[in-house]
Amino acid sequence: MSKDGNMTIHLEVWQQEGPNEKGHFLKYSLEQVTPDMSFLEMMDVLNTKLIKEGKRPVEFDHDCREGICGTCSMVINGDPHGPQKATTTCQLHMRSFKDGDRVVIEPFRAKAFPVIRDLVVDRTSFDRIQQAGGYVSVNTGNAQDANNLPVRKQDADMAFNAAACIGCGACVAACKNASASLFTSAKIAHLALLPQGQPEREERALAMVAQMDSEAFGACTNTGACSAACPKEIPLEHISKMYREFATASSRKRDS
Amino acid sequence: MSVNFEDKIPSGPLESKWERARNDYSRVNPANKRKFDIIVVGTGLAGGSAAATLAELGYNVKSFCIQDSPRRAHSIAAQGGINAAKNYPNDGDSVYNLFYDTIKGGDYRSREANVYRLAQVANNIIDQCVAQGVPFAREYGGYLDNRSFGGAQVSRTFYARGQTGQQLLLGAYAAMNRQIAKGNIEMYSRREMLDLVTVDGVARGITVRNLNTGEIETHTGHAVLLCTGGYGNVFYLSTNAMGSNVTAAYRCHKKGAYFANPCYTQIHPTCIPVSGHYQSKLTLMSESLRNDGRIWVPKEVGDKRSPLDIPDSERDYYLERIYPSFGNLVPRDVASRQAKFRVDENRGVGKTGVAVYLDFSDAIKRMGEKAVSAKYGNLFQMYEKITGENPYKTPMRIFPAVHYTMGGLWVDYDLQSTIPGLHVLGEANFSDHGANRLGASALMQGLADGYFVIPYTLANYLANANLPEVSADQDEFKDSRAEVAAKLDKLLGVNGNKTVDEFHMELGLLAWDKIGMSRNEQGLKDVISKIGELRNEFWQNVKVPGEKNYKNSELEKAGRVADFLEMAEMMANDALTRNESCGGHFREEFQTPENEALRDDKNYCHVSAWEYGGNSEKPSFTLHKKKLDFEFVELKTRSYK
Repeated sequence: MSKDGNMTIHLEVWQQEGPNEKGHFLKYSLEQVTPDMSFLEMMDVLNTKLIKEGKRPVEFDHDCREGICGTCSMVINGDPHGPQKATTTCQLHMRSFKDGDRVVIEPFRAKAFPVIRDLVVDRTSFDRIQQAGGYVSVNTGNAQDANNLPVRKQDADMAFNAAACIGCGACVAACKNASASLFTSAKIAHLALLPQGQPEREERALAMVAQMDSEAFGACTNTGACSAACPKEIPLEHISKMYREFATASSRKRDS
Repeated sequence: MSVNFEDKIPSGPLESKWERARNDYSRVNPANKRKFDIIVVGTGLAGGSAAATLAELGYNVKSFCIQDSPRRAHSIAAQGGINAAKNYPNDGDSVYNLFYDTIKGGDYRSREANVYRLAQVANNIIDQCVAQGVPFAREYGGYLDNRSFGGAQVSRTFYARGQTGQQLLLGAYAAMNRQIAKGNIEMYSRREMLDLVTVDGVARGITVRNLNTGEIETHTGHAVLLCTGGYGNVFYLSTNAMGSNVTAAYRCHKKGAYFANPCYTQIHPTCIPVSGHYQSKLTLMSESLRNDGRIWVPKEVGDKRSPLDIPDSERDYYLERIYPSFGNLVPRDVASRQAKFRVDENRGVGKTGVAVYLDFSDAIKRMGEKAVSAKYGNLFQMYEKITGENPYKTPMRIFPAVHYTMGGLWVDYDLQSTIPGLHVLGEANFSDHGANRLGASALMQGLADGYFVIPYTLANYLANANLPEVSADQDEFKDSRAEVAAKLDKLLGVNGNKTVDEFHMELGLLAWDKIGMSRNEQGLKDVISKIGELRNEFWQNVKVPGEKNYKNSELEKAGRVADFLEMAEMMANDALTRNESCGGHFREEFQTPENEALRDDKNYCHVSAWEYGGNSEKPSFTLHKKKLDFEFVELKTRSYK
């Protein structure tokens, strides 16, 4: 480490021109990295250097840079969103690394998340799962007074915890099967816990699970890697809740 | 086609204007609705709620966003809450009180009728969001909880922990998803609007770039709804998302839409300060911290001791000193300006000297660490994540940051811009917050516009407008595609030596210094010429790498920065011609002896709407004034001493 506390970081960053082209690792030793830099600011510095050297900068997804929009991704040294627990890549800071570290940066890899360019992947499969049933069918203007529908505080809090999912896809990237079960279950649990979600509860579970299965996601084998990687710490129990909801709905559908 | 520049405020008493308007508006019958294609640009609270609601009504909606999913629009980052006059706490709130606080908070520079309508529909928003399953905070009895926010004496703010924006946006996103599944909304994500297409002066479509493939597409419609947020990123550093930009709105401005009050920007006092030259964005720390934290700087200029080594007698708790009755809870604009004054006096703290302390040691002594943690634990954690410092042990360092822009495209009462057929919703318009926005009012306005205002006003437009069929093959669309493509080629072709970010940072520093928390005539004149020079340099020396037919973030940013380079000049012109201080606009020449904003209601009680002329390298702006009539409230001076 230099006297001023700055570091040199040896980067290996995935570059891939387009969806159908072969990728490779760009190796670059970045000097003068400060501990107070965010990880993405370190990427900004890298890109500025690449542009100045006449090279193509690295494409990566990012937006709010405060851990809530779910845009940033990246697998950092094998971990989606990097080494710090409950932290998105944008909230990760370089003080989590030390001088001379080798840092390997890859996209979220999953068949259902095809690479668009470099570290940017297509996560529209997530949107399609939501479109299959992740809503309450209430038109604007239909609502009664908000306080006509009391909700037990514990249920409201649990629903909130599930609804806190930012849809980043770290759960899929962390899973050896690239399963979207944690993501899908968070929405099913959020609405199943609330009275507003009851009328469509069974149709929702059936439709969202069916859509998840029709995308190129793998199956859940309950290893919990998803929840461990989740920057919002969505609990694993939602997955069992999802399959309970699905099983109940399936058997009632058969009986009817 | 003539310019639409009449306020169109319905006559009659304030309380019944909106009802009267809705009764008088023409309607479109259900069978005819499906004949109309409505283009909605942006999927934040305004765009998401508008797209879903219009699709429910039967219109064909085409929705566009620059993000990879509509769920990621920057409304998602709003923390605090959303106001409504439900009066559930029984503390005397009413529609009138919400209206009055909002008008006063805006320093009497917004339209009475718009603000009253906003206060009226706010309650419907809460009902609608609860029905969608938005998990608002609740009390143990199961009923909704409220909290207080700045500028109000009642508790009227509904919230979902510190993530209210996220939960409301996911509600609107869910409503959109239902309509996408039904085929009523066609969703185009990763598309950036780069031009508005007008036919015979009427908005009839847009030109967008597919950000994945670079393809230039045009889309036709019977109306265009612009819901693309504010222009805070002119300053480079702000609490906005990295991708937040003014391009869609600015390109409409270039096509003839007037831009209103661009100098009204909100600087939020409590943000985590800049830590180095590589800084890319700033993070807000909730205003609620000022309830228990005490703000101070050392009394001595250049005192570089650790804050823990500076005894109480050598600290200047300047807000408590200057404003004994409001202390640390003065409004945002006042707290921000005072922090800037301390830094300008070289009494700033931390490594950079551009920060002040927000100290919880007295609160910890008084309430205990546990109680402080219960109230602010998540914020303390966020602070520690970003700075690596423990705020229980050492005071937080904070500094103001650009947060929101009150100015925006001019709209009439129906949210229609000066271009017929172009409607503007949410932060992108100018209409409801005057010169300063109160906390928890941005979410309210976005959703009010989308869920409850535009469905009525748009029907009235469609029912009365003469809208012949248009095709993407006709000249207006072809010309627009060619113009957009030429501009992209031009950006790629400069091939200079400075990166887009370097230009953006330079612009940000200029804007922050001269069009930021305080402005003066000389500074504004200087900055106008400096912005011009920087813009010239940009078009001669910018380096945009890569190709146009691939994902190319640098090319995207280059187009946005080119527009910011014009926008900043318009902001400075607006600030220069408004010879008064009001809300977020503080002209040093116009202040009371106590350094408070000095309004000039006689000469400046108007909206400044700017018309575009010239070109990208040399824009020109013509001012049109629209008087603000206050029929129902009396104009007063705010005091916080």
